[in-house]
Amino acid sequence: MAFFKKRHAPLIEILNLSKAYAGSGTQAVSGFNLSVSEGEFLVLIGPSGSGKTTTLNMVNRLVEPDGGEIRIQGHNVLDSDPVMLRRNIGYVFQEAGLFPHMTVAENIGVTPRLLGRDDAWVEARVHELLVMVQLEEGAFAHRLPAELSGGQRQRVALARALAARPPVILLDEPFGALDPVTREAVAADVRAIHDRLGLTTLMVTHDMTEALLMADRIAVMRDGRLVQVGTPRELATKPVDDFVTQLIETPRRRARALAETLKA
Amino acid sequence: MNDSVREAWALLPDYLGQHVILSVSALLLGVAVSVPLGIAAARSSRFGTPLLAVVSIIQTIPGLALLALFYPLLLALSALTQDLFGFSIRALGFLPALLALTLYAMLPILRNVVTALAGLDPAILMAAKGVGMTPRQSLFKVELPLAAPLILAGIRTATVWVVGITTLSTPIGQTSLGNYIFTGLQIENWVFVLFGCVAAAVLALTLDLLLALAGSGLAMRSRKRLIAAGLGLVAVIAAAMAPELVHARTVGAHQGIVIGAKNFGEQYILSQLMASRLRQAGFSVSEKSDLGSTIAFRALGAGDIDAYVDYSGTLWGNILHRTDMPGRQAMLDQLAAALKKDHAILSLGSLGFENAYIFAMRADRAQALGVKSLADLSAHPELRIGGDFEIFSRPEWRAVAAAYGLDAMKRRQYQPDFLYRAVTSGDADVVSAFSSDGRIARYGLVILEDPKAALPPYDAMLLVGPAHANDAKFIAALKPLIGRISLTLMQQANLRVDRDQDKQTPAGTAAWMDQRLPH
Repeated sequence: MAFFKKRHAPLIEILNLSKAYAGSGTQAVSGFNLSVSEGEFLVLIGPSGSGKTTTLNMVNRLVEPDGGEIRIQGHNVLDSDPVMLRRNIGYVFQEAGLFPHMTVAENIGVTPRLLGRDDAWVEARVHELLVMVQLEEGAFAHRLPAELSGGQRQRVALARALAARPPVILLDEPFGALDPVTREAVAADVRAIHDRLGLTTLMVTHDMTEALLMADRIAVMRDGRLVQVGTPRELATKPVDDFVTQLIETPRRRARALAETLKA
Repeated sequence: MNDSVREAWALLPDYLGQHVILSVSALLLGVAVSVPLGIAAARSSRFGTPLLAVVSIIQTIPGLALLALFYPLLLALSALTQDLFGFSIRALGFLPALLALTLYAMLPILRNVVTALAGLDPAILMAAKGVGMTPRQSLFKVELPLAAPLILAGIRTATVWVVGITTLSTPIGQTSLGNYIFTGLQIENWVFVLFGCVAAAVLALTLDLLLALAGSGLAMRSRKRLIAAGLGLVAVIAAAMAPELVHARTVGAHQGIVIGAKNFGEQYILSQLMASRLRQAGFSVSEKSDLGSTIAFRALGAGDIDAYVDYSGTLWGNILHRTDMPGRQAMLDQLAAALKKDHAILSLGSLGFENAYIFAMRADRAQALGVKSLADLSAHPELRIGGDFEIFSRPEWRAVAAAYGLDAMKRRQYQPDFLYRAVTSGDADVVSAFSSDGRIARYGLVILEDPKAALPPYDAMLLVGPAHANDAKFIAALKPLIGRISLTLMQQANLRVDRDQDKQTPAGTAAWMDQRLPH
């Protein structure tokens, strides 16, 4: 992609980032530092109000930071035009965020069209993406979002985020509204597409099981601060405090309880 | 009855065409102004809240009053532009009606734009920003399309209101379907009234249905429905306007004459009579009826109409602001000189009859109370006096009340034609009336004498506007009417349109008079 020019590792660098919402009195995010390598799938996890979505939204400037820096391929995002920045970063919203008055094909094609791609390019790209997210083109391209199931909507949202071939995609609790079976299938597909396209992905969730299964590394947040970042194994073996221990123990404890129940 | 229906149909192309042109212009202007304002209001409540408050207040002004208010406003503006830039704007007819109706159209559209935009899901707005839309792209690609059904609902409401209220533009000199209603009410031609109401209702419903079709097309993303609705709207509007546009082209080529009429039967008849004489002389003529009393005079001075009939006493008090009584002929002479000098208006002279303000009572009641003159009324302060909408605020009433001590009498106002009903049924004991009205004799009323001559004379004067004051052909066409219309002839003519049985139309009556007058 022309927008992010030179190759650079780490791909995303977040330095001393802070944000306080007007009138709230508390810091949503403060003193936050994080590096994400190219091709990495990094999950931001933490309880509600821990500042994870705010952090994610500052990466493509849906929220403007109060202080600190975010560099993508060495380039400070605050120096770039926010509109062009967003067109070059894919974003999957909670509950999909599809435009209800546009068909599936129109939703997917929206960012390429904003970038000036012609009809033929967009049509071919929509077809390619529908195959990639496993929605048969003929059946879905001309439907409206209201005619889709939750899982289908989330797949369309993923296709929309990928349409302009961004090197980076951001996902904000993308599976929150899905039933468990759909959730697992879509999650597996997201990770597979990430690997296949060599994307750099930042995902927000509050579900530790999901984080452990999908992430290369997990960043744990609490009260606007980064508590610990590491691979699932590092968090499991060397938790920095009780909070991390508890977070990572929860899926294990539930797995054990489940095994017991089923045995008895 | 059949004559009325036939005449109503004959007038439909003109009335409907002008009605549609005005309504549609006001709606388009309303949409053009309200949508951007609504968008701005939705983005800033500091701007939006006061704006909506102002527009809501405007909506509470009665339609007729709002329309009427624009006339003096534009008149003042016209004087200002004349002074500053050397050109004047037309204060009568289309422009004031358009502005007032546009204001009426604004509230429902504006309110729905604001409501629709404010009610959009914030997650969708966030998504629009997130996929890389500029605020402008977000507005046009996401926000307005999603708000469109509700905005269209506002436009539908505005359409029904505006088409209805357009009927009220008749009294400020704009022809509309309201002409049927105002004229019909004046001469108790219920066919006309009904015709006007039904025509306006059918027009409003048709436009509303087509907009509803467009709305369902938007909601169902059906191009077919949208196209059908669009074509339907264009077809209805074009069909309604076509006769008007053709007419405008043929008339526009050689300057049409406009004859004015105030809002009562005698005026309708006389304007038709003048129009017919001018047509016989080869002029292309149209009529503008139901003008308010002073509006007609201003319209003549401004060139919005070219000729009409007014009454000496009315002009004396209302235009010259004189209260002295110089006598009948002296008043005519002084008026002619003053109108010429101050307004460049030519008086061709008196038509030959007087339509004076008089006060009348039922003969039996007058006899029972022993009332013969206005002076006798002061002994009966318990009597109720009925007047038309103008009389109690006119100098004539002030003069009579002062001369005879009538201020204590209870006053009631009636639509002029209901005055006779009021006095015959006993709702009012004394009523104001006009001396040329054929119904005074018919209903057995007696005219109360005016021993102190408090009421001025009201000779019917034929006035010609500045544009034709030196037009010999124009003057020659109307001159034969001067001094030839007797009070009896006018009373008979008035009775023909005012009576309940065998009612004639003003046009038919004008033709009847035409045969009885010299050419």
